[in-house]
Amino acid sequence: MTDAPPILEIDRISVHFPMAGGGWFSGPAPVLRAVETVSLAIRPGETLALVGESGSGKSTLGQVVAGLREPTLGTLKFHGVPMGKAEWRAARKAIQIVFQDPFSALDPRMPVSDLITEPLKIQRIGSAAERRERAAALVAQVGLPLDALNRYPHEFSGGQRQRIAIARALAPDPSLIVADEPLSALDVSIQSQVLNLMKGIQEERGLSYLFISHDLAVVNHLADRVAVLYLGRLVELAPRASLFAQPSHPYTAALLDAVPRIGRGRRRRGRSLSGEMPSPLNPPPGCVFHTRCPKVQAICKITPPMLEPAPGRPTHLAACHFKE
Amino acid sequence: MTALDTSPPRVEQAQSVWSLRWKRFRGHRTGMIALGILVLLVLFTLSAGPIVAWTGIDPDATDLLSRYDPPSAEHWLGMDDAGRDELLRLMYGGQISLLVGLVSTLIGGVVGLGIGLCAGYFGGRLDALLMRFTDGMIALPLLPLLIVFGAVDLTKLGFSSEFAHSGAAGFWRVVVIIAIVDWTQMARLVRAATLSLKERDYVLAAKASGASPFYVMAAHILPNVATPIIVAGTLTVGRVILLESVLSFLGFGIVPPTPSWGNMLNNAQELVTTAPALAVYPGLLIFITVIAVNFIGDGLQHAFDPRSSR
Amino acid sequence: MTGFVLRRCLQALLVLWVMSFVIYGLIGLMPGDPLDVMIASNPGATPEIVAHLRQIYGLDQPMPLRYWHWLLDALHGDFGFSRTHSEPVLIVLAPALAQTCKLMLISFVLSVVLAFALGVAAARKPGGWVDGFVSLFAFAGISVPVFWLALILIIVFAVQLHWLPASGMGTVGDNGLIDQIRHLTLPVATLTLASTGQFTRYVRAAMIETMRMDFIRTARAKGLGEGRLVIRHALRNALIPVVTIMALSFGTLFSGALVTETMFAQWGMGKMIYDSILANDYNLALVGLLFATLITLLSNLIADLAYGWLDPRISLK
Repeated sequence: MTDAPPILEIDRISVHFPMAGGGWFSGPAPVLRAVETVSLAIRPGETLALVGESGSGKSTLGQVVAGLREPTLGTLKFHGVPMGKAEWRAARKAIQIVFQDPFSALDPRMPVSDLITEPLKIQRIGSAAERRERAAALVAQVGLPLDALNRYPHEFSGGQRQRIAIARALAPDPSLIVADEPLSALDVSIQSQVLNLMKGIQEERGLSYLFISHDLAVVNHLADRVAVLYLGRLVELAPRASLFAQPSHPYTAALLDAVPRIGRGRRRRGRSLSGEMPSPLNPPPGCVFHTRCPKVQAICKITPPMLEPAPGRPTHLAACHFKE
Repeated sequence: MTALDTSPPRVEQAQSVWSLRWKRFRGHRTGMIALGILVLLVLFTLSAGPIVAWTGIDPDATDLLSRYDPPSAEHWLGMDDAGRDELLRLMYGGQISLLVGLVSTLIGGVVGLGIGLCAGYFGGRLDALLMRFTDGMIALPLLPLLIVFGAVDLTKLGFSSEFAHSGAAGFWRVVVIIAIVDWTQMARLVRAATLSLKERDYVLAAKASGASPFYVMAAHILPNVATPIIVAGTLTVGRVILLESVLSFLGFGIVPPTPSWGNMLNNAQELVTTAPALAVYPGLLIFITVIAVNFIGDGLQHAFDPRSSR
Repeated sequence: MTGFVLRRCLQALLVLWVMSFVIYGLIGLMPGDPLDVMIASNPGATPEIVAHLRQIYGLDQPMPLRYWHWLLDALHGDFGFSRTHSEPVLIVLAPALAQTCKLMLISFVLSVVLAFALGVAAARKPGGWVDGFVSLFAFAGISVPVFWLALILIIVFAVQLHWLPASGMGTVGDNGLIDQIRHLTLPVATLTLASTGQFTRYVRAAMIETMRMDFIRTARAKGLGEGRLVIRHALRNALIPVVTIMALSFGTLFSGALVTETMFAQWGMGKMIYDSILANDYNLALVGLLFATLITLLSNLIADLAYGWLDPRISLK
């Protein structure tokens, strides 16, 4: 990781979904605020982990970065260039995505060689012969045997399919891969294999990951920086070591406390969260976390906090009136 | 000390999904029997040409003196109501009926496919519009509509009188009007399948690489809806054959002198009293064909989806 | 709920209106001309007289304009005159409509009852010989050409055995109920047999599906006899979707009814439409077709509403 300019910059991205309902008699239609004013940057060669529970909006944000969803507000800049429709066409090969479910990520009707080189085919890169060569190289890189090329997805296990999906993402030689919970559907023993594979590929190629996950143990292994989302809002953004050693936002602290530590001492008490995440259709006023926060005060219910550095740690940002 | 196997790894052909399916179809007894029957029927109809060449009988020669002649050594099933050889009429009629079934299914299938794909993939207002239209068509009484279409005078549409009365025009008219009313089932089927398929992750992955809607539909959606389309198409052939036969029977489909299993029963009331056997043969052939096609369709359904209930 | 009903009614009206326009146009493409008969019967009709007549009857106006006039008349209840019957169209069609509805309803009820009996019997032991027989019967039912079935029935019961009349609605001079029933038997039998096939398949499939469900296994484990009790449990659950599909199929019986009426000389809507197209009586054909469309639309609407009302899980949006 260098001080090179970021390859991806997100500036106050919001994704709103207008819902059915409303009309002349019932007032305005409800709006689902999946992502609300998130700003991030990803540097070359770095892994930025995007962490949150279900409903936090992390998948939606991942889709925006991968170009699968248009943000309602805000801008996205790739290599400093603001992305409009025309820019996306060229950028498609530089940003790729790996999905959570290895079973629906691959078209069951296509052999592996076609699956892997599909991004090249769509982007019209290389001749058929060149694509075949590339497929063989990629298959080797993800640790699968050469005869896998002529086989069909149903002949492979979950972990192997995920490798195929990774090979597909690598085919157009991207600079950024959005990995949307790539390990969540795999058995634990397989997870570490695929995780190591991804790490190795990153070191080799110097590409960046936007690694979306709800599993903090995995994040601890792979991430350089961690961004924490709650109800579509960015509540903490910090280097990994700093976040895990001393989280600044109460939500992050509670998340870390909830991770079971097998054989490593007792859990710290007193920081479990009450209640459930509120509905993104009706976010609480002020700080959205105030309904569950153990530190809640009057100001939290009125004024939403800004994302600012924690006291004494300029690279560790948190959105809390009482950050540590 | 064991020697290292340094030979390059063999790249084997995987057992494709299709050979698996053919195996399952082969195991379905009624489906295979039905397929055999259908093949026999097709061969039966196609043997008209060779028989004419071999025996020298003119299939179109009418001879009013030989009307309703009983079966003889020369004319195995006897003569029909105009003195033509009944067996040959059945064969040629079969060719026409089967051909109408096939062509009409293809045309209607393509139309239904197109409409279903667009409606399902693009969604939104296009979907709503197309579905209103489809639902409207489904709500119409089928046969009366076909009769009206069939009764249209082609000369009023600008065709020459000579063309309008030719056999080719008659054939294409029937094919087109059946295709016009029969595409709705395919459209609904394809739309439902497309709706579920377009959300799959592999479609999203293709889109992330910049795939156009056209590419997605051709490369990902179509191959995955192939199986229900094939089953539906097979059943459609049966339905179309029935439609053509009733239309021709009523006089609005294939008109004589071109034979069709349906129009061979045109003056059925007369046949019933004078030569009941002649009233039985054409309908029996239609019945056997359609039931065979339906059984094949059933067998295909089991071959493609072994989980479906018997 | 009322919003749903209103919307469906409006949709039905829209379809009817579009159909009236389309059919009006199509009928204009039919062979012949309303004036042809007049010209044929009057050798003295010179081209000038014919042109003049055309003008008087408005036949030289463009089609959309003629359609508009027809529509205005129709909305006032004037559907024109039937040339072949020499009476206003509505007077000709009303009894025909009643006759067709009678035929369709009787056949529908009979085939539903028959389908349930057969389907339930088949589902009790899937794969057994009863099931095999019923499945074969059902396949035959959906594969048989209706007109040929009618022919076979006529040959067997009317010509060979002389048990039933081959056609007609009644013997001349006999208005008795028995005679009417005798004349109605073969047509109803034809239409019933033709529709039972597809209904049986629905019932059988739904019953087999339901019998597989966990709550049936529980009932059996509790000791409920296989016979009527389990059937009753399963049947009640399978009933709603099956009846809905059947009700939605009621409209499709019209095509079968058309053929049946034509074969057995029953003076219903189907035969009316058929005869009127053959005889170039286009006023009658047009209105007859619209009535046929109306029957189908109405039956679909009623089926949709009944389904929405019966199944509490459906929200009528």
